[in-house]
Amino acid sequence: MVIDSEEARLVAAAKAGDMSAFTALVEATQADVYTLAYRLTGNEDDARDVAQEAYLRAFKSLKRFRGDARFSTWMYRITANCASTQLSRRSKGRHEELSDDDNVLDERPESDPEIMAEAGVLRDRVTAALADLPPILRAVVVLRDVYDLPHDAIASELGITESAAKVRLHRARRKLRERLFPMPGEEKARAV
Amino acid sequence: MRSSRFFGSGGVSCDDVAAALPAVVDGGEIADIEVQRHIAACLRCQAELVQYRKVLRTLHQLRTAVLEPNPGLLPGILASLEAAGERRAMHHLLNGRRVAYVGGIAAATAAGAAGAILATRARRRVRLAS
Ligand SMILES: [Zn+2]
Repeated sequence: MVIDSEEARLVAAAKAGDMSAFTALVEATQADVYTLAYRLTGNEDDARDVAQEAYLRAFKSLKRFRGDARFSTWMYRITANCASTQLSRRSKGRHEELSDDDNVLDERPESDPEIMAEAGVLRDRVTAALADLPPILRAVVVLRDVYDLPHDAIASELGITESAAKVRLHRARRKLRERLFPMPGEEKARAV
Repeated sequence: MRSSRFFGSGGVSCDDVAAALPAVVDGGEIADIEVQRHIAACLRCQAELVQYRKVLRTLHQLRTAVLEPNPGLLPGILASLEAAGERRAMHHLLNGRRVAYVGGIAAATAAGAAGAILATRARRRVRLAS
């Protein structure tokens, strides 16, 4: 778990120009930031570029980090913004290709195989369903329902209005629910 | 769409409820009283609400399923930070300001410096993210 005072100390030191303090913050958060970048972009190359760009931006704007949020939360916002830029750049170039490949998930051996297997199966199905969502729907639902960012933060990082963010969130939730738990009568409608 | 159209009191249909559920499932919005009454009386809509809850619960659990980044990620990030740091140090020096973090780092090559930082950091590893 997190030692907030240690984080605060590192942030203060990094703001004062201590490069090794910032490096420690990068080390501590890079797997989380990369994971978010991967969930938003759907592929490893883009996720790596987005993570790198996010830390660069964070480094440059560290003075503006007020410390009223967790450093990791601040990084999530920057990562969302970088991913949004990356995705719009991509969508101009080629047709979006989204990976169904969730075998990079860090699946540790579980202690209670039966229960964990069931939970794991659902988690894998959700991961695959997320990857199949259009990027903008995926971004909103990942940021809200996985990473708990507030609506206004999501809207501002994705460059959309708060009401647009909510509409997309609800659409994304509905698509996920329909795909994962089709109600009677929905199975035919969604034939993939 | 839906085959059954159950209208509870107030003429709210299963379709109306279905449209409202994604917004109310996490308490983000409050369902209006007619929708609440319909759900209380309709097994189908109750079942759908339960499924939404399951989806949200699973999404929430993804938060702790952290991916293992490629080992090249960290050195890549640090190298790009080094380059930015050097530019900033240069800028500060040219403007006659003291540079707090030089300590030899800025003098090394980007890749070499990243390696050195990695080696030092490995010894006192801190884990900030949950
Ligand atoms: Zn109903």
